[in-house]
Amino acid sequence: MANTLALESEDIRKTFGHFIALSGLTLSVKRGEFLTLFGRNGAGKTTFLKIAATLVRPTHGKLRIEGIDIHQEPERVRRHIGFLSHNTYLYRDLNPVENLRFFGRLYGMPDSEDRIQKLLERVGLERRASDPTRAFSRGLHQRLGLARVMLHDPSVMLLDEPYTGLDANAVEMLNQMLDEAVAQGKTVVLTTHDLEQGLRAATRAAIIDRGKIVFAGDAKDPGIREAYGQYVRMGVPR
Amino acid sequence: MKPVAAIVFKDIVIEMRSKESLSSTTMFGVLVLVIFNFAFEPSSLERALIAPGTLWVAISFAAILGLNRSLAMETDNDCLQGLLLAPLSRGDIYLGKVASNFTFMIIAELVILPVFVIFNNLKFNVQFLEIAAIAALATLAIASVGTILSTISANTRMKEVMLPVLQIPLTVPVVIAAVDATGRVLTGETAEISSWLYLLAGFSIVYLTVSYLVFEFAVEE
Repeated sequence: MANTLALESEDIRKTFGHFIALSGLTLSVKRGEFLTLFGRNGAGKTTFLKIAATLVRPTHGKLRIEGIDIHQEPERVRRHIGFLSHNTYLYRDLNPVENLRFFGRLYGMPDSEDRIQKLLERVGLERRASDPTRAFSRGLHQRLGLARVMLHDPSVMLLDEPYTGLDANAVEMLNQMLDEAVAQGKTVVLTTHDLEQGLRAATRAAIIDRGKIVFAGDAKDPGIREAYGQYVRMGVPR
Repeated sequence: MKPVAAIVFKDIVIEMRSKESLSSTTMFGVLVLVIFNFAFEPSSLERALIAPGTLWVAISFAAILGLNRSLAMETDNDCLQGLLLAPLSRGDIYLGKVASNFTFMIIAELVILPVFVIFNNLKFNVQFLEIAAIAALATLAIASVGTILSTISANTRMKEVMLPVLQIPLTVPVVIAAVDATGRVLTGETAEISSWLYLLAGFSIVYLTVSYLVFEFAVEE
């Protein structure tokens, strides 16, 4: 039977010295699913996404992206993922075209010019294509960061608090791009503190606390709102 | 090799735009030579003894400045993480950064070496080419170990201080070999120079190989 899971983690643990960031996180995300992870600062959301993006090595446990083990074939895994973090990983002395062209070369896309132009139009940066990104606001940086994530057409998008610092227009644009990604069958895993934005397009939602999933359910189920409210007020939902 | 070339090309474009690394390393190297030139006014015999040391103080400390700038380019906006997300081996990223650091250091030396030749009343002949060859070999060793050390120091609190603290002890054998080989070229006693050149080549190969293999651990959070 073909593997229908885009992301599958088993008992993922991660410690930084004495600090336990993840304490046995087990999670499965089906292909085409949109999962939103909620949790407080330090709950382990970013660490989990970084492990899935092969940026951080887990202390224990297994994680597969599109059925590929991140430990055994990390380079193959990276072709399938697009990761957007608080930082956009863009060079401030390069303009948007140069930044995307560089990342295109790293992904083995020598003829990426058409794709770069389309993506810049999509994120509304076609008129700023020649400006150094040093002059960009946080919102414009995030738009270009999104273009970088989409450049190699990843099947799994890992978005770590992508709404941070975005104005209303940029939020609208991000939402449209996420809707398009879901319509194309891409898998999205997103972390946020914003309940409304997080649940807007999600099909599933989960709450992480102290490195573990403490609640998971259908995003349309009113139970998630109740659980999140209880989590914010009192801690772990019951 | 394409990703390695892409990293080098990207660094060159950024350097052409910012002009931060080359201007500072070149200026620093030339200034060191100028200061030593005024500090010592020895006879030609003493000059042959002192000059190699002044040249390698200038080059090795200028290299630390350049490596710090190269590191800053990748830590600004966490760009190194962007490289790590690409479907490349960590070793390829290391080779790309070594190649660009080596290129910038060689460009700086293209200015520093002629200044050294002029200050020491040498001629632009075979002697100059021999010193340039020694410089290229030693620079490869310095860039190889310096690239991984700058990456390791990026994860520390005092990264600008940490790099020279780590780099200087590890490059001492390279600098000693380069000083001795340069001295032999200046005095014309080139009979035993090959052992120093083998040492430089050996250090370059060892630093390059070991750093390529352990770079994965150096970039890990």
